[in-house]
Amino acid sequence: MNTTIAWITARGLFGRRRFLLLLPLPVILVGMAGLGWAIGQSADLAGPVLVGIGVAVVLPVIALIVGTAVLGSEIDDGTIVHILTKPIPRWKIVLSKLAVAFGVSGAVVAAAMFVAGTIVDGVRFGLAFAAASAVGALAYSALFLLLSLLTRRPVLIGLMYVMIWEGLLGNFVSGTKVLSVQQYVVSLADRWAATELVTGTVSMGVAVTMSAVFTVVGTWLAINRLRLFSVAGETS
Amino acid sequence: MTTLDLTGVSRWYGNVVAVNDITMSLGPGVTGLLGPNGAGKTTLLHMMAGFLAPSRGSVTLDAVPTWGQPEIYRRLGLVSEREAAHGFLTGWEFVHASAKLHGLADPRAQAKRALELVEMTEAQDRRLSTYSKGMRQRVRVAAALVHDPAVLLLDEPFNGMDPRQRMHMMSLLHDLGEQGRTVLFSSHILEEVEQVSGTVQVIVAGRLAASGDFRTIRRLMTHRPHVFAIQSNDDRRLAVALMGLPSVAGVGLGKEGLTVHAGDYGSFTRELPRIALSQGIRVRRLIPSDESLESVFSYLVTA
Repeated sequence: MNTTIAWITARGLFGRRRFLLLLPLPVILVGMAGLGWAIGQSADLAGPVLVGIGVAVVLPVIALIVGTAVLGSEIDDGTIVHILTKPIPRWKIVLSKLAVAFGVSGAVVAAAMFVAGTIVDGVRFGLAFAAASAVGALAYSALFLLLSLLTRRPVLIGLMYVMIWEGLLGNFVSGTKVLSVQQYVVSLADRWAATELVTGTVSMGVAVTMSAVFTVVGTWLAINRLRLFSVAGETS
Repeated sequence: MTTLDLTGVSRWYGNVVAVNDITMSLGPGVTGLLGPNGAGKTTLLHMMAGFLAPSRGSVTLDAVPTWGQPEIYRRLGLVSEREAAHGFLTGWEFVHASAKLHGLADPRAQAKRALELVEMTEAQDRRLSTYSKGMRQRVRVAAALVHDPAVLLLDEPFNGMDPRQRMHMMSLLHDLGEQGRTVLFSSHILEEVEQVSGTVQVIVAGRLAASGDFRTIRRLMTHRPHVFAIQSNDDRRLAVALMGLPSVAGVGLGKEGLTVHAGDYGSFTRELPRIALSQGIRVRRLIPSDESLESVFSYLVTA
């Protein structure tokens, strides 16, 4: 972890207009939960709002925007050169970037989940979802950080993973759930909240192990990828 | 003393060979890397800077390969061509951050020294996005120099600079070379290289075309055969007269006038008016037809 890299990354993240995209999603999540509470249907909305909107959309989209921006935007505009020309081990660069991505997306999503969950079914429910989303944010951040090193279109590929693999296939082909961060988050929230309002589809063991695998393998691959990162000349 | 050695370095992308079997050794002093656009200068610089693995051959900094070795950046600085800088940082923040990333003992003092070196202390509190191209370039040089590297590589450093900034950058590079640093800069402009560096490496189409002392190369360039297109009121008679000159190697007669291959630039241009005058021929047009830099370079390749 290098504080200077983290500081520049955070400055870059908050200085970009894309960052404003982070605002509406948590507002929608909390707004929907509030609406359910106002009409007295909180319990019925637990699944559709917290899982359907919160875990399936808000968490991955925010993690995607932040996770692909911390390193991807520097690769895009060429400023990555400034960090690469320093005698810093590549793992430190990746971990600093990951820390910022996780810190920002985890904080934003966990806060929104906590508020929405508390409105729906009390503080324990809120805390369970906040904690589970934070775990999810870490796994997603590692995955999307890696994507930004593997492809020039990390947002597109990340969206395809979230929408098609997790969103679509996850509903029809049960085997894909083992490789779906979304499912781990739901299972963890289910376990920690200990209510009947939501039900996870993968076991606790799978959820914990696979979240760790996503995080560790994603980070490890990203470090190796950055070690062999080539900066080509302007060919256009 | 730090030397950067390239041994049989090639780099290709698929079927395209960007750099072809280049061997050179760079020692203290300023060296110019001269070549037309697309000759492979940037690819070569990126391999020197450890940003790109050579497809074949080796690039070493004091016998240590530059590829995949972040530690070399303690002794090497790079100013890339792409005008990439964090626009949201001020000049001071940018250079100070570089000093901290290098893990220097006193980053503030080093950043201050580097900014003074490039004369950017006055504008150091403005954001990089408000700088002119030349100012941004100088701040990037400051960031590359902040750790006092033995080797400094610059890709097209004079691009976009006004004449005063250019002069200043030239004298800065000159001073750095005098201090015993190994400085290499790329350029596609002959005059830039002439003013700054004594040693030149010329690359054309990925190959090392000429290398060594600038004056020798300059002489090669001016004493090469020239081609002129000439139009006059009596092309045929002029052609006959020109063939008598020892400086003329061949004359072609076409619809558009004459194409003259002269062996020596100086004597031909002196003798042409004399011949025309004595024959009573009016010369309407005289165009040196291969003065583009590319033709100068391609001559060097065959020489």
